[in-house]
Parts: sequence; structure tokens; C-alpha cells
Amino acid sequence: MLDEKEIGWRREEMAQKVALDIPEGSYVNLGIGIPELVADFVPEDREVIYQTENGLLGMGKAPAKEEEDRELVNAGKKCISAISGASYFHHADSFAMIRGGHIDICVLGAMQVSKNGDLANWSTGKKDAIPAVGGAMDLVAGVKRIFVITQHTTKKGLPKIINDCTFPLTGKNVVERIYTNLAIIDVKEDGLFIKELSPNIDFDFVQKHTEATLLQYEKNNPLL
Amino acid sequence: MINKQVTSLVESVSDIFDGATVMIGGFGEAGSPIELIHALIDNGAKNLTVISNNTGSGHVGLAALIENKQVKKMICSFPRTVNSMVFPKLYRDGKIELELVPQGTLAERIRAGGAGIPAFFTPTSVDTPLAIGKESRIINGIENVLEYAIKADYSLVKCHKADRYGNLIYHATARNFGPIMCSAANIAIVQSKQVVEIGQLNPEEIITPGIFVQRVIKITNPAHESELVENQMRYPC
Repeated sequence: MLDEKEIGWRREEMAQKVALDIPEGSYVNLGIGIPELVADFVPEDREVIYQTENGLLGMGKAPAKEEEDRELVNAGKKCISAISGASYFHHADSFAMIRGGHIDICVLGAMQVSKNGDLANWSTGKKDAIPAVGGAMDLVAGVKRIFVITQHTTKKGLPKIINDCTFPLTGKNVVERIYTNLAIIDVKEDGLFIKELSPNIDFDFVQKHTEATLLQYEKNNPLL
Repeated sequence: MINKQVTSLVESVSDIFDGATVMIGGFGEAGSPIELIHALIDNGAKNLTVISNNTGSGHVGLAALIENKQVKKMICSFPRTVNSMVFPKLYRDGKIELELVPQGTLAERIRAGGAGIPAFFTPTSVDTPLAIGKESRIINGIENVLEYAIKADYSLVKCHKADRYGNLIYHATARNFGPIMCSAANIAIVQSKQVVEIGQLNPEEIITPGIFVQRVIKITNPAHESELVENQMRYPC
């Protein structure tokens, strides 16, 4: 079994990898969980504006306990702060930003990602599960670029990057790049390409823990 | 004289009837009109269809309304949160209906309801289980599903400042569904921390114009849902 906590990048390192790929001036929506860590690693000389779909553009860091305001929260319902220059808005405006294509990047967690970029991250489809979708389907349908950040395998060591999602889909053909503890993987029309391997992890090891076939960029590829 | 301010919490919700459709503002506890919800529990109306993003937590507010068996059906995007156990149990036991709606679609259906738009097309949920049974159409080469507007008999909303015309301003992310729920209801009932004199709200800064609001009740010190939950409070006590 792959003990994911021991192997490859730590969560913070994964979040840092995502953060470095967010260009200056981007409007970004971060999902609940590991994606929330991304904001901590954007270089300080880069101005990036975070949207939280419950009605704030310009989300800042978590405040000190005594400054918490129960009515200033993020999508995960945790207390946050608003940066100088932030704005509040109602839900229909918030999703006009999302569905109208105004948000540049969304970083989401995943239960499964398929070889053609299908994402499943809202339900296991089990009969006794309480289905809860939140804004995930709106985000993948409307945001320009969708990045996924996730452990490479499930807690039981099963691959999450697979040929076809077995869980109910959040969206079809929506994921552009996957950041895991083992590798950064680009989802292209002709397959899944390894963009970067975690230190001391080789291609065969990543492939062994991935159901879908992985490809390597040709050397000297200008995209690298 | 137009005066939408009412002084009795009991009377503010007294005409909510069995079988009514009720929108309840809030995203988790932020913006949840907990005093109005408790007044609706005292009112006792049953077989309600409730539209709200979540299903409440602990045994107070929206969770208590559900626990009191007043809700037949929930329309929401995220029916479970930390500390929500009332809805999951009833749902698993088959004792409450759920219509699960993506959050943006939910917001737009409510907005459309208030704006007189009967339905709209959106790509959200295409190729997912939530699109099953929905009409679809390819527009500009992209597949869309048809989503219908939602209207309500009543909305319960929380705001920060109001005047007797029903003009409202909100606080931080507690605004969330408030403005669109006011416009989508026949009768929007709003609890406000402050009620100020006409003219004291800057017209440039009013978020919900008074035309969308029918009743305003002053609740100076609204309870914090999470504090009630932490203290294991229940309603009715």
C-alpha cells in the first residue's frame, strides 16, 4: 500500500506548486480543504485576488481569534478576513462571476479524475450518502482554468487518476492540470502528460499508482 | 404613511400557512435569520417546502424547524455541514424530500423568480446525474439544461440595517442569498439589527431597495447559531 503521507510532496509543497502557477493579476476561487492552503504560498510580489462564492472578492487570511466575525466566512464556513479593496456581493452576482467566465482559475479537490479530465468530487453515489454539491458544478462549468490538487491515491491506496470515473461526475472534460503528492500532470487532448515528478519519485512508480496511461513530454519540449 | 416595521416577532410570521413555500437566507450561520425561524417553529405551520443553501446545524434554527417535522421538502445545494445531524437522519429514514441544486443554479433560479424570468438555460450540471430528466439544448455549440425559476410565498432574511420603507443593507458575507430571496417572495420578512429613520441610509449604498421587502422586525442582538450549538441548546427549549 502507498502510504501517501510518507511519499512525495507534503500538502504544503503541493499547494506551493499550485501557487507558483497562478499568474499576477488572477482572480482565483479556492475549493474547501487542501486548495485553501494555496493562498499561503503565492509570492508576496504577486497580486492575486481570491473570490469566495458566498460573496466576497478579496479574501484575506484567517484573523486572530478575538477578531473573528461569524458573518465573515469562506465557502468552508471558516472565519476569514477581507483585504483592503475587497467587495461583498449577493449569491447571484457571485455566480455571475463564476458562470460568466470572469474567474481565471479554480483550484478544487478531487475524488477521481479521468484520463480526459472528467472530475468527480461531490458524491460517492452510495445509496445512504447524503448528496451535497455546493458550487462545484458551477465552478467547473464557468471558470476558465480548473486545477485539481489531491493525494495521488485514496486512503486505501487505490488510484484516483483513472480511465473513467466510477463516481457521479461534477463535470466532463474540465480539468486542465492535476497536482498530487507524486507528480504534476497535464490533461491534454492526446493524454495525460507528466509535467514534473516529485523528488526521488520515478515515472514507473507514478504509473504503478495510476490507472490511466501516463505519457512523458519529449525532451526539450518548449512547454517544460 | 408606509411603515413596514412590525413590532411583534410572533405576528411577523403569523400568516405563514401549512404547505407554504419559504425561502430562508443564510450560508451556514452567516445571514441565518434564527429568531424568525424560531418564530416559525412557534407558529407551527407544516408541510413547508423550504429553500435554503444548507439544512442547519445542531438543534436550533433551520435544523430545529426540520426536527419539528414542519418541513416536507428541502431545496438546497449542500444539505450537510459540520454539526448537521437532523436532516441526514430524516433523509436516510425517507422522512423528508430533497431537491439537490448546484449552488449557482439555485441562486440564479431564485434571482429569476424575483425578476420575472420563468426559466433559463445553463451548462452547469450537464453530463452529471443532476441533469437527468432535464430538457437540454445546444446553444452556440455548448450543451445546456433548462432550469426553472423558483418563487416563494415567504422569505425569511437577516440584514444589518433597515428603514421603514424596507430598504436594507447587510453585513459582510451574511448578505449571500438575502437580496435575491427578498425579491423572489410574495412576502419578504426581514429581521434587522438596526432600524433607522428614513433618509439615514445612503441611497448609493442601499443593497435591497424597499420595494422587495414587506415586513421589517428589529432584532437588536440576534443569537449566533454556532454559540447555541456549542452550548447544546435546543429550540423549542
